[in-house]
Amino acid sequence: MSGIINLTLKIWRQKNAEEKGHLEVHKVKDIDTDMSFLEMLDVLNEKLTLEGKIPVAFDHDCREGICGACGTVVNGYAHGPQPGTTLCQLHMRHFQDGDTIVIEPFRARPFGIVKDLMIDRSAFDTIIQAGGYISVNTGQAPEANSIPVSAEKSELAMDAAACIGCGACVAACPNASAMLFVGAKISHLALLPRGRVEAAKRAISMLRKMGELGFGNCTNHTECEVQCPKEISITNIARLNREFLKASFGSAFK
Amino acid sequence: MTLDAKAPAGPLETKWDRHKFDMKLVSPANKRKFEIIVLGTGLAGASASATLAELGYHVKSFCLQDTPRRAHSIAAQGGINAAKNYPGDGDSIWRLFYDTIKGGDFRAREANVYRLAQISNEIIDHCTAVGVPFAREYGGLLANRSFGGAQVSRTFYARGQTGQQLLLGCYSAMMRQAALHHIEMLPRREILDIVVVDGCARGVVARNLITGEIEKHAAHAVVMATGGYGNAYYLSTNGMHSNVSATFKAYKRGAFFANPCFVQIHPTCIPVHGTYQSKLTLMSESLRNDGRVWVPKNPGDKRSPNEIPEDERDYYLERKYPSFGNLVPRDVASRNAKEQCDEGKGVGPTGYAVYLDFRDPIERDGRNVIERKYGNLFDMYERITGENPYETPMMIYPAVHYVMGGLWVDYDLMSTIPGLFVLGEANFSDHGANRLGASALMQGLADGYFVIPYTIGGYLAGTPLPDVNAAHPVFEDASQQARGRIQKLLTLKGHRTVDDIHRKLGHILWEYCGMTRSGEGLLKARELIPQLREEFWENALVPGASDDLNQTLERAGRVADFLEFAELMVEDALSRKESCGCHFNVAYQTEEHEALRQDDTSCYVSAWEYAGEGTPPVLHKEPLAFENVHLTQRSYK
Repeated sequence: MSGIINLTLKIWRQKNAEEKGHLEVHKVKDIDTDMSFLEMLDVLNEKLTLEGKIPVAFDHDCREGICGACGTVVNGYAHGPQPGTTLCQLHMRHFQDGDTIVIEPFRARPFGIVKDLMIDRSAFDTIIQAGGYISVNTGQAPEANSIPVSAEKSELAMDAAACIGCGACVAACPNASAMLFVGAKISHLALLPRGRVEAAKRAISMLRKMGELGFGNCTNHTECEVQCPKEISITNIARLNREFLKASFGSAFK
Repeated sequence: MTLDAKAPAGPLETKWDRHKFDMKLVSPANKRKFEIIVLGTGLAGASASATLAELGYHVKSFCLQDTPRRAHSIAAQGGINAAKNYPGDGDSIWRLFYDTIKGGDFRAREANVYRLAQISNEIIDHCTAVGVPFAREYGGLLANRSFGGAQVSRTFYARGQTGQQLLLGCYSAMMRQAALHHIEMLPRREILDIVVVDGCARGVVARNLITGEIEKHAAHAVVMATGGYGNAYYLSTNGMHSNVSATFKAYKRGAFFANPCFVQIHPTCIPVHGTYQSKLTLMSESLRNDGRVWVPKNPGDKRSPNEIPEDERDYYLERKYPSFGNLVPRDVASRNAKEQCDEGKGVGPTGYAVYLDFRDPIERDGRNVIERKYGNLFDMYERITGENPYETPMMIYPAVHYVMGGLWVDYDLMSTIPGLFVLGEANFSDHGANRLGASALMQGLADGYFVIPYTIGGYLAGTPLPDVNAAHPVFEDASQQARGRIQKLLTLKGHRTVDDIHRKLGHILWEYCGMTRSGEGLLKARELIPQLREEFWENALVPGASDDLNQTLERAGRVADFLEFAELMVEDALSRKESCGCHFNVAYQTEEHEALRQDDTSCYVSAWEYAGEGTPPVLHKEPLAFENVHLTQRSYK
C-alpha cells in the first residue's frame, strides 16, 4: 500500500506578528505515503535543524483530529483537500510524487499570525466569554434525569457541539466570518432545555462580540461547511439567525 | 519524614461528609483576597479553575496550548463512569468503589477511592447542567453502556467524544468566570519551576512561549493539574506536548513522587508503522466487545489474513481466558499481544501487531449493525492506515496510554509541599496499579469540581500565610536558575536532534520498563539512561534563540526532564518486588503467567523523595490498609 514520494513545499515563513512574511521553497525527499501531513512537516523540520536552519513553527497537539490546535491552508483548502479531516489526520497517500504543495496559515484579520503557520485564535475565547455557556455554578445542578431531553434534540445538540474551534471556517470564508463557529455554539446550547433560558441574550451578545472583533458577516458562500473538518452543518447558521431574530423582536436584551 | 495520608477515621461512607464539616471555612468576603494558581486546563485543571473562581477566589490559569479548550483530556473517547444505577442492574456506590479498588489490583487508598465513587453521581448532574450532550434513550433519559469489561452498565458517553464534551463544559464555565475577571488566563505558558517560600508553595516561574520572557507569579496556593508522563516513552497516545516537567520540578522542590513505574499500556492502538512516527492513536476499547483477536498459529506466516484458514488461526485470548475472552482487562490483553509477537506470530510489515477481526460479527449481525456501532472508528482506522476494516481485519498493538503514578497526595490532594495541591492524572491517588476504562474522566472532574474547592479552603483558612509577592528573592533565584538552564540548552550545537534522542529514550523504556519487566532488564536500563542523558548534553542540537517562539527549545527542556525522570521510573520498578496490575515483573508470576502480588511485603504506595543531584532518591512507603475489602487474586479464566 505504502509508497515513497518526493515533494516541493512552498511554506509561509514569518518571524513574528510584526515582520512581513514570505513563501519559502523546500524539497522533501523519501516521504512515506503512510505519514500524516504533520509527520511530513516533522521530517522537514528535522532536516532544517540538522542543516543549522530554523524549523517551521506550527500548532499541533493531539494529532487525532480532536484538539483543534492544528490547521493550515494547504493548496487553497483549510486542512487540505480531504473532506471532514483535520490536517493531522490527512495522510500523504493523498498526494502524488513530484507535487508542489503550498502551505499557508489560516488568514483572517481577527487571527493575527504569531509565527510561520501559527496564529492567534484568542478571539474565539472572547466570543465564548460573551455568552457561550450556561450560567450554573458547581453544586447547583439538579438530578441529571430530572429534565428529559428528546434523543433527537440531544443528537442535534451533539452535532453542533462537535466543533473543535480550529478556525477553518473563518479561513475558508471570503468574509472571514465566524458565523459557523458562533452558530454551532448557539445551536448546541439553545437545543438543550437548560441552555434555552439564556438563548436570546446569548445570541445577541455573541453576535455583537463577533462583529466587534472584526469578523465579517455570512453571505451564504457555504465554504465554511465544505472545509469544516468536523462537517458542522450550515443549518446551525440558520438556527443562529432564527435565535437572533426572535431575540431582537423580544425585549430580552437591549 | 512520615507520610500521613490524613484519611479521616470512622466508617467509609461518612468519612468525606465528616471531613467537609471538620475543615475550616474561608468566609465569602475573604475568598477574594486569596490568589490561586492553577496549572493545566484539562478536566481537572479547568474544572478546578472554574469552581474556585465561582466561589470567589482569584484564579490564575496557566496552559501550554493557545486556549484552555485543547488539553489532552479532549481526546478521551469512551465515557465517564458513575454509580447512578439508572439501568437498575445492581450498581451502587459500593460496587463502583469495589470495582475500582480491585481493578487497581489493591494498590490504591480505600478512603480516596470511596469518595471518588460517591462524587461520581454529582459529576453527571453537573455536566448535564452545563450542557454536555450525553447520549439519551428515546424517552429522553440518559443512556448508559457497559465498558471495559464491567459487569454493570455505568458509563455515560457523548458519542466517541466524551472527553471533548466534558472539557468544553469546563471550558465554557471558565470563560464565564474570565468574562467576570475572576480568572486571569495565561495560555502558551510553560512552567519552569515551583516556588517554595518558608516551606509553602507560593508561586511559579513560567516561560511565555511567544516572547520567551521568564515570568514570576506569586499566589497563596498552587494547584497542579498538568497531566501524565506517558510521553517519556516517546510514542504514546498522549498529546505531543504532554510532559513531566512541572511535576518533576515540584519533585525536585520537595514533593514526593508516588508509584512512577505504574504505566498503563492500552491494548487496542494502531500499530507503529515507521521510524518517522510521532504518536500512536487509540482505537476505542469498545471494539473488543465484538471484534475477535487472533494471530496465525505458525510463526512467520506472511499470507494475507483472509488467506489464512480458520484452523490455522489462534484466537489466543478466547483460548486462554474462556470466561472473559476478548474482554480481559487492559493489562492482560496487552501482555498477551506482546507475548504472541515475541514468539514470532505478530503480523503486519513490522511483526508487531495482532489482528482484531470483525468478519464473524459482520456475518452474524450484518454489516449495518456493525457500522452503526463502530462506523466512526472504522472510518478513523481507514483514514490513518488506508485499509478498510470491513474487508481486512484491523491490526492493533498495545501503546502507552495513561500513568497511574504521579505526585503523592494526601486525602486533601495536597502534596508533601504544603500549599501544592495535585489533581487528575498528575497525582497518584485513585487508580492503584491499573486504571479501569472510563474512570480517568471521573477522577479528573471529581478532583477539580468537588474535592479541591473544599480542601483548599481548609488549607487557606487554617494556615497563616505571610504576604509574599514576586519580588521575593526566592522568585528571583528560581527564575535565574530557569534562565541558566535555557542558556545551557541553547549552547547545545551537536549533531543529534532532540527528537532523535527522545526516540532512543522511548526505546529503552519500552524495552526494559514496559509491559514486562525483569531485574536484569531494569538494571540494563539503569545503565543506559545516564549514558543517553550524557549524550543529550553533549550532542543534542538546539537551534534558535531564547527570546523567541522556539518549539525545539521547548521540546529540549521537556526531553531533558524525561531523561532524568526515566531513571526514577526504573528505580521504582526495581524496588517493587512483586507483580501487580500494570507492573509485571517476570520473577513474580503464577504458573499461568499472571501477575502475582506479594501482599505481605508490597502492600504499599512508594513515594520517592528527591535527595539532590547525583544522590539516589529516598524511598518512603505509605502502607495500604484494607479495612473494607478483602484482597483477592484477580482471575479472568
